[in-house]
Amino acid sequence: MTRAADEAGPSRAIASSPAQETRRRVTRRIPRTRGIRRQTLIGWAFVVPALVMYALFVLQPLALTVQYSLYRWDGVGPASFVGLSNYVTVLSEPRLLETLFNAFRLVLFFSLIPVGLGLVTASVIQRVAGGRLGTMSRTVLFLPQVIPLVAAGIIWGRLLSLPGLVNQGLAAIGLGDVTRAWLGDFDTALSAVGIIGIWVLLGFCTVLLLTGMAKIDAALYESARIDGAGWFAEFRAITVPSLRYEIGVCLTVTVIAALAAFDIVYVSTGGGPGGATAVPGIQIYILAFLERQVGLASALAVVLVLLVLLVILPIQRLTRERAL
Amino acid sequence: MEGTRSRSTAAPGVRYVVAASIALLLVAGCAAPGEESTPPAATSGPATEAPAETSASPSASAAASGPDCGTDPVELNAYFETGFDLPFKLSEEFTKQFPNVTWNISQDQFTNLMSSTPRLLSGDNPPDLIRLPSMVSLVEDGLLKNLDDYATAYGWDQWPAAQLAQNRVAEDGTRGSGSLYAMGLNYSLTGVFYNKEKAAALGMTAAPQTAADFDDLLAKAKDAGELPIMQWNATASGGGLAFPLQNLMAAYGPPEPINDWIFQKAGATIDTPSNLQAAEHLQRWVEAGYFPEDANAIEYTDANARFGKGEGVFMFNGDWQNAVYDTDLAGNVGFFVFPPLEAGGNLAAMSAPLTYGIATNAPNADCAAFFFNWVATNETARQIDVAVGGSNPGGPTDLAVPAAAEGSVTNETLSAGAEVAKDNGAMDFIANATGSIFAQGWTPELQKLVGGRQDAAGLLQAVQAQYEKELNR
Repeated sequence: MTRAADEAGPSRAIASSPAQETRRRVTRRIPRTRGIRRQTLIGWAFVVPALVMYALFVLQPLALTVQYSLYRWDGVGPASFVGLSNYVTVLSEPRLLETLFNAFRLVLFFSLIPVGLGLVTASVIQRVAGGRLGTMSRTVLFLPQVIPLVAAGIIWGRLLSLPGLVNQGLAAIGLGDVTRAWLGDFDTALSAVGIIGIWVLLGFCTVLLLTGMAKIDAALYESARIDGAGWFAEFRAITVPSLRYEIGVCLTVTVIAALAAFDIVYVSTGGGPGGATAVPGIQIYILAFLERQVGLASALAVVLVLLVLLVILPIQRLTRERAL
Repeated sequence: MEGTRSRSTAAPGVRYVVAASIALLLVAGCAAPGEESTPPAATSGPATEAPAETSASPSASAAASGPDCGTDPVELNAYFETGFDLPFKLSEEFTKQFPNVTWNISQDQFTNLMSSTPRLLSGDNPPDLIRLPSMVSLVEDGLLKNLDDYATAYGWDQWPAAQLAQNRVAEDGTRGSGSLYAMGLNYSLTGVFYNKEKAAALGMTAAPQTAADFDDLLAKAKDAGELPIMQWNATASGGGLAFPLQNLMAAYGPPEPINDWIFQKAGATIDTPSNLQAAEHLQRWVEAGYFPEDANAIEYTDANARFGKGEGVFMFNGDWQNAVYDTDLAGNVGFFVFPPLEAGGNLAAMSAPLTYGIATNAPNADCAAFFFNWVATNETARQIDVAVGGSNPGGPTDLAVPAAAEGSVTNETLSAGAEVAKDNGAMDFIANATGSIFAQGWTPELQKLVGGRQDAAGLLQAVQAQYEKELNR
C-alpha cells in the first residue's frame, strides 16, 4: 500500500486516502494474534535492510578479520593455519606493543585534554559570551571538524616544520633556543601530533557540552548564586554533574579517535621518526599492505578492537548509571 | 487485500535474507583465506602459452621476430606512477606510431601502488602494463607474466646481461638470475648532485677522486656556514640517508655482496665489517652536522625545493630528478658518482631499471611486450627516455645513447653511467630488498641515527633482523 503511494507520488497518495481508510478498518477486524504477528513482520521489514548492510559491511569483515588473524597469509597465495601465534607475536614484539602504548599516550591529547578544556571553554562561553559572540566562538572552535583531516595534517606539518610559523613565532618572542622540527624530533613528535588532535577535537567537545548546558535548569544556578557560590563552585556542583551524559559521549568518541587514530598521524608524521608516533592503525596498514602479513595485521586489529571495547564499556557504564 | 498479500509474501523473503546473510558469514568463516584463488603454478601457464602466440603473430618491422600490436584496435590497460611524465609521453608517442593502440591509463603514488599491486594483478581486469615495486612475492604468487619467450623472440637476451639481471627471479625466489619477469623503461643512476656555484666557492674544481676528498669538501662547506648535504629523511618519503649510506658501502666494499643481500641470496647479510665501516662513516657525518638538523621532518619534495633554492652544497639523489634541477638551478647543477676510497678504485652506484611488468592474465600481453621492445629500440622513444626521463634508455649496445640538451645535468649523469658500467658497479637499491625493509627497517633506524638514538652497529643489526623476519614469515 504505502509502496504504491510512494511510486505514484504525493498527489496519488492524497487521492487514494478514502481507500486507505477502508483498509485500515479491515485490518482492525483481524484477530489480535494475527495483528501482533503482522506488526512483528512489519518491524522486521524495516530492520532487515539495515541489518543486511550491517551484516555485510560490519559483521562479515569483523568475522573475516578474526578468521584471518588465525592464519599466516600474504593476501593472495595459499594461507596456512597458525592458531594463536599471531597474537603471541603482537603481545611479545616490542615494535608492535609500542604502537599500543603510543595509542594510550594519545588518549591524553585526543580525549582528556579536549574534554577538560571543552568543559571550561563551554562554561566560559555560556557565562560571558552570549549572542553573536557566542555563535562566533562556537563556529571558530568547530571549524576544524569541517576541514578534511588530511588537509589539516598537511597544514600543521608546514606550521610545525623548522622554517614554519610556529618556530618563527617562538624566535620572535625570544624563544629561539627551543625551536626545532616538532614533528621530526623524537622527544616532541608524539606531543605535536597530540596538539593537532586537541585542535581537531576541542571544538567537537565544546559544542556538544554547550548544547548540554543549555538544558540545565537556570533556577539551579540562580539558587546557587543566592547561596553565594562562585563560578568554580557552580561549575563543580551543577555544570559537571548535569553534563555526565554529554561528557560520556565526548569521552567515548574521543577515546576511539585516539586509539584508532590513523589519518592525522599518517599525514603529519607517518609514524616517524623512528616509530616515535607509530600507532596501531598505521602499523596494521604497513603489516597488511607493505609487509603483506595479513594474518598478523588482522591479529593486531582484533587486539585493538578489544582494547577499545575494554576502555569504552566502563565509560558507557559509568555515565549511564550516574545519569539515573 | 493486495497490500496484505504482498506483505505476507515478503515474510519468507525476509527470513531468507537474514538466513542468507548468516549463511554468508558462516561460509566466509569456513574457507581458509586465499584457498579459492589458487594461483597458477609458476612452471605452467604463461610460459608455455606464449610461444604459440609468438609464432602465430606476424613479425614486426623493427623487432627481430617478436609479436606486435597487430592492426586491430587494442586498448592497453596501464598503471603508471603519479608524478613521473616519462611513461605518459612514451604512450603518446607509441599511439602516434601505432594508431590502432589506445591507452586506458590509471595512475597512483608509488607507495599506494606498492600496497595495491597484488590486488590489481590478481583482479578481474589485470593490467597489461604496470609499474612494479619489489617483485619476488608477486612472482611467487604467479601474478607476473614470464617474459623469457619474448626475450628470445625480440633478442633481449643479446643485450648486456646486467640490464636484465635485476628483473630476473630464480625458482628459489632469489633475484638476479632465472626467468625474466619485468623490463625497465630506462635505467636510472644515482650519485651526488652539487650546486656548481657553491662548490666552486669552496675551491672544488673537479669531482672528488676519493672519499677523503669528499670529506674535506664537506668540512669546508660546514666551516663556510653552508649546509654540506641537503637530504630528506622523513617517514612519508622514506629514509633518504639510505642513499649516502649505500654509496659509502660501495666505497668500503665490493657491490656484489650488497646485491646478493638485495636479491635475497641464501645466507646474505647486510651486517658485514665493510658495511659497518660505511655506517660508522655516515654516523660521523651526522654527528658533524653535515645533514640538516630537521632531516627527519624533511620530505623528498621539500629537500629538492630547498636545494633548488640554494640550500645545501651537495645532495644524494637520482637522475630522475634531472629535469627539475635543470629548471630550478639551470646550468648550476653538476653530478658525480660517489668516489672510491682510493683514487682510481672501482666506481659503483645504485642503478635500477624503471621496472614495468605484465600481469599473468593480461589480455594484451603481446602488445605490451612489443611496447617494451619499442621503448628500448625506437629512436624517438630513446630520445624521449633521455629528454623526459633523464636516464639511459638501455637496449642493445649497437644503438647510441641520444644526447640531452646542452647544459643539462643529464649529459653528466649519462657519461657517469658509462663509467659505472665499465667498472661493472651497478647495484640495486638497499631499500628494495623486501616489501617493507624500507618502511620498517632502513627508515626508522636511519631516523634514530639522525636523532642520536642508534649507532652504526645497531642500525645494521636492526635492519638485518627485520630482513630475516620478513623472509621467514
